Amino acid sequence: MNSKNWPLFEVFIRSKNGLSHKHVGSLHAADPAMALENARDVYCRRNEGVSIWVVPSDHITASDPGDAEELYEPARDKIYRHPTFYTIPDEIGHM
Amino acid sequence: MEQADLQRLFDSKIEQEIRIEPKDWMPEAYRKNNLRQISQHAHSEIVGMLPEANWISRAPSLRRKVALLAKVQDEAGHGLYLYSAAETLGTSRDEMLEDLNSGKAKYSSIFNYPTLNWADIGAVGWLVDGAAITNQVALCRTSYGPYARAMVRVCKEESFHQRQGYEIMMSMAFGTPEQKQMAQDALNRWWWPALMMFGPNDSESPHSQQSLNWKIKRVSNDDLRQEFIDKSIPQVEYLGLTLPDPDLKWNEERGHYDFGPIDWEEFYRVISGNGPCNKDRLEARNKAHNDGAWVREAAMAFAEKRQTNVA
Repeated sequence: MNSKNWPLFEVFIRSKNGLSHKHVGSLHAADPAMALENARDVYCRRNEGVSIWVVPSDHITASDPGDAEELYEPARDKIYRHPTFYTIPDEIGHM
Repeated sequence: MEQADLQRLFDSKIEQEIRIEPKDWMPEAYRKNNLRQISQHAHSEIVGMLPEANWISRAPSLRRKVALLAKVQDEAGHGLYLYSAAETLGTSRDEMLEDLNSGKAKYSSIFNYPTLNWADIGAVGWLVDGAAITNQVALCRTSYGPYARAMVRVCKEESFHQRQGYEIMMSMAFGTPEQKQMAQDALNRWWWPALMMFGPNDSESPHSQQSLNWKIKRVSNDDLRQEFIDKSIPQVEYLGLTLPDPDLKWNEERGHYDFGPIDWEEFYRVISGNGPCNKDRLEARNKAHNDGAWVREAAMAFAEKRQTNVA
């Protein structure tokens, strides 16, 4: 008997045109077509979306929380990348 | 990082209300505690479909039927959200389902009570979902990210469950004397089991303090129970029904209702497998699982065949 588990898919939904797809959860399905149908049934029962992406979970490469320091620390002290670092006189108005 | 540093980082996240995410380091006991709670919660959603499913084809009107159908469908979805959250802790859905079907895993003891007539469907939606919502609103701030996100979705969807139940109770309480009597009878039977849904008293709940420290639980069993009682009483009064508790009275000093003793012997009897429907529920679960096996296998075989053809 084939008792293989159905693979896991991650589900992304665009709630309306103009917004990007956002991760909403995951589900099991035999194949991508079924994953789409199930995503529609599980995550779009109340007009939550206009477009669905499903991605096999094992196709996602994720960063390691343990690497947080070398990944994100270098950006923290570069405050000159933010507009508030620069002083513009009030009489110039909004810039 | 050293173990002690990892533990310090974890503790400071809990302290600062920063959610723990699946790939973050966490103490083994935290992982296990979450896994137990989330999987039990998932099982409760799945078994919770059974007492109501029986009434879908017996609903008194199309309006009631579509509502009940949508509610039961939601519960399947809520089970799925929760199983997905539990899977991020390193178990598989199949293992969890096996534990449920073999009787090893626990689920909320409330679902081991029978739904005898249509008024029970009103009482279940109003009181059982009402109690579940009280618990779940607090869990929206639980410290494990995937669990908290699942709770937010569940709460958003579940508010209609309680309202449709109360609407059924209103129809019956304001209907014929016989209907009102059915509503009262259902309230009498569901009130105490609903209060037991919050679990043992804090003094009898050994894991509670650790769960509160880890912010897995945000509010204690007794506080949630009190909140539910205080909220429910005006709803009972509006229906013109009475609660089966002679000790119930407003306590001005505490600012809460006092209530009579809960029959914890009954609670432990039902949770350990000897409630009115434990056997039926497990049989129905196993039958559904086994009868569906060929569908799961056929879908997988079809997917594999199609993949081979493409390749």
